[in-house]
Amino acid sequence: MSDRLPGFSTLAVHAGAQPDPTTGARATPIYQTTSFVFNDADHAASLFGLQAFGNIYTRIGNPTNAVLEERVAALEGGTAALAVASGHAAQVVVLQQLLQPGDEFIAARKLYGGSINQFTHAFKSFGWNVVWADPDDIASFERAVTPRTKAIFIESIANPAGSITDIEAISTVARKAGVPLIVDNTLASPYLIRPIDHGADIVVHSLTKFLGGHGNSLGGIIVDAGTFDWSTGGKYPMLSEPRPEYHGIRLQETFGNFAFAIACRVLGLRDLGPALSPFNAFMILTGIETLPLRMQKHCDNAKAVAEYLAGHPAVASVSYAGLPSDKYNQLARKYAPKGAGAVFTFSLKGGYDAGVNLVSKLQLFSHLANVGDTRSLVIHPASTTHSQLDDAAKITSGAGPDVVRLSVGIEDKEDLIADLEQALGA
Amino acid sequence: MNHDAYPDNYIRGILNSVKSIAMVGASPVNVRPSYFAFKYLAQRGYDMIPINPGHVGKELLGKPFVASLSDIGRPVDMIDIFRNSSHIMPVIEEALTLDPLPKVIWMQLGARDDAAAAKAEAVGIKVVMNRCPKIEYGRLSSEISWMGVNSRTLSSKRAPAPTQGMRLSLNRMSVGGGDTAASDRAAKNKSEQS
Repeated sequence: MSDRLPGFSTLAVHAGAQPDPTTGARATPIYQTTSFVFNDADHAASLFGLQAFGNIYTRIGNPTNAVLEERVAALEGGTAALAVASGHAAQVVVLQQLLQPGDEFIAARKLYGGSINQFTHAFKSFGWNVVWADPDDIASFERAVTPRTKAIFIESIANPAGSITDIEAISTVARKAGVPLIVDNTLASPYLIRPIDHGADIVVHSLTKFLGGHGNSLGGIIVDAGTFDWSTGGKYPMLSEPRPEYHGIRLQETFGNFAFAIACRVLGLRDLGPALSPFNAFMILTGIETLPLRMQKHCDNAKAVAEYLAGHPAVASVSYAGLPSDKYNQLARKYAPKGAGAVFTFSLKGGYDAGVNLVSKLQLFSHLANVGDTRSLVIHPASTTHSQLDDAAKITSGAGPDVVRLSVGIEDKEDLIADLEQALGA
Repeated sequence: MNHDAYPDNYIRGILNSVKSIAMVGASPVNVRPSYFAFKYLAQRGYDMIPINPGHVGKELLGKPFVASLSDIGRPVDMIDIFRNSSHIMPVIEEALTLDPLPKVIWMQLGARDDAAAAKAEAVGIKVVMNRCPKIEYGRLSSEISWMGVNSRTLSSKRAPAPTQGMRLSLNRMSVGGGDTAASDRAAKNKSEQS
């Protein structure tokens, strides 16, 4: 019984998944059930009172989902995790634990367009006020801190242009401000970047992307790093104060370094309701088993495609941090030495019309609004994912009218380049 | 012993060997962490003794409250202290007067007193600080995985479904704590600042 530290690929296959106690099934079973019987009245009361570990109802927890949670927690180096219905649901549940109406959070300006919409509009109606900062200007985060700031939110590799965020520098700002740093690690996956190693207190994912990896199942997850002290100054009453929902339990003192994940489960998921289907959890778990293999292939292909595009006469510029000439290449070497991800943008000399023309001519790249599929994907952000932003916001978020975004898949790179060649060349 | 990050084998060895646990600061209030831990450890088969001078004459889950460690009147393997860091030293000093000495002194989540720990370790007592035996037992048996917690254990063996009163195997391959290193570092920084 040695205290050996398994490698990433071993964890990707094994973490959280032991053979089923009842049947011995080796693959994780899909526990497609709403609810679980209690042993007796005392067991039921213990479970409802959070005194015992166990299952009650799939909106609060499910054994298939629990395997997924433990696996991602292990891959990210966190103390615990909570799986939810989507990446967007993860963001709602996280911020519900941190913000009261009238509070603020600081978010990087370069984010997935859906997150920008969610933060700007949906969260405003909850009284959660987003304050934008520029991830290329660390001081802009410091300037945005006020006494009402409760969190800082960034993407590790930012959508759509694949720019790399200086997580450590921003975590220093967060620590000084006494607020947790939340990192959306969707585009990197823990194979490329483990934000907790660089100072993140909370990691969120859209599991729909590289972790699931096959474009077939929605999901989201919240990972608790176990690093933030929620007890100071009554700033985070969901964690530090007696909870009337649970007869006066204080979650931090009861659950210690995984109290945030518990809060997300018993105060967030239980009451807001965005539960993940156990079937989706199973699909995503199966995907994660090959994450290290797929992610490396994604990155290698992306680099080859980016190099090809950078040399093409119809291309005005390529924004891929894996290219030595890219402004984010230094950060990529520091944070993502195995590869700079597989989502990036390029702009065409022919502008908007050339972008539309390219998308229509591609035969292997699929024109759709997703990233992180085995298949190569293409989209014109200005007319789709980022279409609800005004023109200035499109440009600052890296989605100007001449910009095309690729999510490079795991096909043979020669075929991807040939497809781009025929679509660009004609 | 490095009290910032315990090897799993150290914790495993303690939880596998102790049979009786005196819990200092055990509360009869059923939303207090001490009540949670007391109930859980009793259900997992440990011989639990609640210590709380304010409740002598009453029982906690069928076990009579005892006023102090000196009043237990029989040997105990482990003392589990549910008190703030500032109240640890007197408990350790009292524990060191017991004959025979306890084998283990355990301080709960948030509780740490390195000077008190050193006194106990000097006479051969194993010390754990800022941990919860319920959480550690649940983690090493992987029972806690049902809550999405990173148990830092792997196993290709089939584990029995836990039932009431059943002791669980804690002998699983261990990641050795390295994979929640960020959390351990944060706890260390906090204890150094205070």
